[in-house]
Amino acid sequence: MPVEIYKDKFTGKVLEVILGATKEQGGTRAYTVKLGGSSTLPFLYYEGELPNRPVIAMEVWDIKPQWSSSFEPYYGDVWNDPVAWAKKAEEYGADVVYLKLMGADPELENSRSAADCAKLVKDVLAATGAPLMVEGPGFPEKDNDVLQAVAEAAAGENIALGAAEKDNYRGIAAAAMMGRHCIIGRSPLDINILKQLNIMITEMGVPINKVLNDPITSGLGYGIEYSFSVMERARWGALIGDKMMALPVVCLAGPEAWRGKEANAANADAGPGWGDEKDRGIIWEAMTAAALLQAGGDLLLMRHPEAAKLVRKQIEELAVPNKY
Amino acid sequence: MGLTGLAIFKLLPKTNCGECGVPTCLAFAMALAAGKATLSQCPYVSNEAREALDAATAPPIKLVKMGSGDKVLAIGDEQVIFRHDKTFYHPTGIFIEVADNDANLAAKIDEINGIVIERVGQKYEVDGVAIANASGSADTFKAAAEAVAGKTDKAIILLTECPTCMEAAAGAIAARKPLLYAATADNYEKMVAVAKKVDAPLAVKGADLNAMAELVAKIDYKELVIDSGARQISQVIADQTQIRNGAVKKRFRPYGYPTIAFTTEADPAMEVLEAQAFISKYASIVVLKTTKTEYLMALFTWRSNLYTDPQKPIAVQPGVYAIGAANENSPVYITTNFSLTYYTVATEVESTRLPSYLIAFDTDGLSVMTAWAGGKFIGEAIGPWLKDSDINEKVKKKVLIIPGGVAAIKGKIEDLSGWEVMVGPRDSSGITSFAKLRLNV
Ligand code: B12
Ligand code: SF4
Repeated sequence: MPVEIYKDKFTGKVLEVILGATKEQGGTRAYTVKLGGSSTLPFLYYEGELPNRPVIAMEVWDIKPQWSSSFEPYYGDVWNDPVAWAKKAEEYGADVVYLKLMGADPELENSRSAADCAKLVKDVLAATGAPLMVEGPGFPEKDNDVLQAVAEAAAGENIALGAAEKDNYRGIAAAAMMGRHCIIGRSPLDINILKQLNIMITEMGVPINKVLNDPITSGLGYGIEYSFSVMERARWGALIGDKMMALPVVCLAGPEAWRGKEANAANADAGPGWGDEKDRGIIWEAMTAAALLQAGGDLLLMRHPEAAKLVRKQIEELAVPNKY
Repeated sequence: MGLTGLAIFKLLPKTNCGECGVPTCLAFAMALAAGKATLSQCPYVSNEAREALDAATAPPIKLVKMGSGDKVLAIGDEQVIFRHDKTFYHPTGIFIEVADNDANLAAKIDEINGIVIERVGQKYEVDGVAIANASGSADTFKAAAEAVAGKTDKAIILLTECPTCMEAAAGAIAARKPLLYAATADNYEKMVAVAKKVDAPLAVKGADLNAMAELVAKIDYKELVIDSGARQISQVIADQTQIRNGAVKKRFRPYGYPTIAFTTEADPAMEVLEAQAFISKYASIVVLKTTKTEYLMALFTWRSNLYTDPQKPIAVQPGVYAIGAANENSPVYITTNFSLTYYTVATEVESTRLPSYLIAFDTDGLSVMTAWAGGKFIGEAIGPWLKDSDINEKVKKKVLIIPGGVAAIKGKIEDLSGWEVMVGPRDSSGITSFAKLRLNV
């Protein structure tokens, strides 16, 4: 007697969102990236469709970051040249470039202007072929100015603009609409807010298939279980038919993992049994990202090229369809 | 659980005598189905009915124990598919595989014993050693089992499909209650006999999910751990998901046991990521090869995160803690009683080498920023508490150091407590240099 294969019968599916636009589509990207589309839980190929593999975006800053020395051999020569850095990220295998405009922080001495940000985005687009995501410095007013200018400069490229939050989404949504770009909605580990934000963004007129969700990632050891469960709940909601949860999920795995002491501590400051600092930081990030893949992460933002390489390799193996 | 009220009703005497405390058998059946009554309240159930009901109300996945002394490992007995539905109860056992013919076996066991990782007040150790019968010889296997048992008190898994080898090794260390891996379609009768004889749990391995279920159904022994035989990561995830769903949602008995999974990746970094996927997707035991502690730390941390109760954050007892030999001139720091936050900060305060007081303020186990956003770590709460706290008597200088992320609460605390507030760094890793620069002691 063969065993009965248990299958959940889902009626909903995650919407497909496309990042980037090629020449034929009015942009200049070498390729586009499709996110989402799942009609089942992660990697259960026997049960439904998983048309698009999770992709890896790599983080690029517009100013030199205060990162662990572990990054020096990979990016040491491009810290002050975001365009060259973006090209490097592509060489390291980024499917998507994620530009964080930290230099536009209004509290910095030489805060980057909106016009400068727009120019930088143009330069990055000219130098690279990957689809682009751009995040503002995280100050509502400045984010609005900067992303407005960026959206204009990148018109036609179908980039993603972030991050829109509950109290600050109008300006970014307007910018996304105007440039026909995608938007990243960020909600604080709360599936009701996630849903509400998607409703508000789409009510403003942003097409639903231009919205990505960042339900807030927390790093390994620092609250990741909350992100994992919120993602599982949202994905379940999407699959049973809630369209306002049915959007591809973006996980900021790299930045969050590297906030942890375990990722950064030099051997001299390490706790008992922590092992060597270099591999410790890399695995901390890779483990964060890989765990979130299992909860349905569609796009993983990675920081360390070696961590990205490990996760990419695992994605390949996870992409082998299982069957009965 | 499992049976509907109506199904239970069919098994009851239907006399409506009322002795169970509710007026009718149907009402009692409904109460049972809802988990609000126990079967023993009805004195008249037949033995057959009792058996059927016991089976139906048994936990969906059996609890299985292995190991001895204070290193007993309990696995299984999970009740949900998603941790947010309730919680996961029995963390995946993490085992390291060794070969019985390894010339450096003793040193390897020392190394495994030596893996003790500490972070944020938690201590992580490997749960056990899996000994592979690489030699194919019963004598070597037995000697290795004895050697390992002599060197570690951790749980042991014996890996061989040769019943005579198993009998030799399991017999020698029966008191340690090793897990015997594995009974297969070819050897199961003998393996079951060994397991019964030494009274140890037995793993059942199938060529696939189907073969595994068939084999389990044939085996008249209940201390089982199951393995569908899959090794490719995506198939393991599928099989583990089938097993968990079938056990929990369908009460399919052959799936009602803890599971075991083995890594195949040669690169240790990839191997721990693979083990992560198995832990995330329901494996009760994972067996891996790497002993690299930086990799294992990440894996243990993930296991610990996944298995925390989503309903209640791990918290420390609120109160004032002395870090080092604190005295009346020591600085006073405040943080929350979320265990992660507290230990992160305590470690940093400790590394200033300055005896200090650290207040774990009661935020119901929320982190600083979360508690602040939730109105639990604010001046209105901290100020009055501080004013009445016995820390007032303990120190001469009434200066409180607060996390930089909540600089905004400074004024209110000062107003309501009479203390002076110093805004510390945002991230606790800045505390050492902060102490050097700002606390001129
Ligand atoms: C996990 C999490 C949750 C979990 C709570 C887990 C818990 N036990 O606390 C849940 C899901 C429940 C949650 C809920 C909410 N959250 Co929350 N959450 C997080 C998250 C992802 C991680 C928090 C964490 O564990 N950090 C790790 C610990 C160690 O950090 P920490 O306590 O702050 O400690 C650090 C520093 O403050 C400092 N430090 C600590 N103590 C001290 C002491 C001294 C003296 C010094 C010098 C330094 C110092 O050092 C530590 C290490 O760096 C953060 C975002 C993020 N990635 O940080 C959001 C975050 C904190 N949450 C946020 C919000 C808004 C909320 C909610 C209000 C959302 C909602 N609408 O439901 C609720 C409120 C909950 C409630 N009812 O009270 C916001 C806060 C925004 C703000 N700045 O006000 C954040 C920042 C997310 C965001 N960007 O929107 N959250
Ligand atoms: S005690 Fe038993 S027989 Fe009597 S009413 Fe209750 S369930 Fe029915």
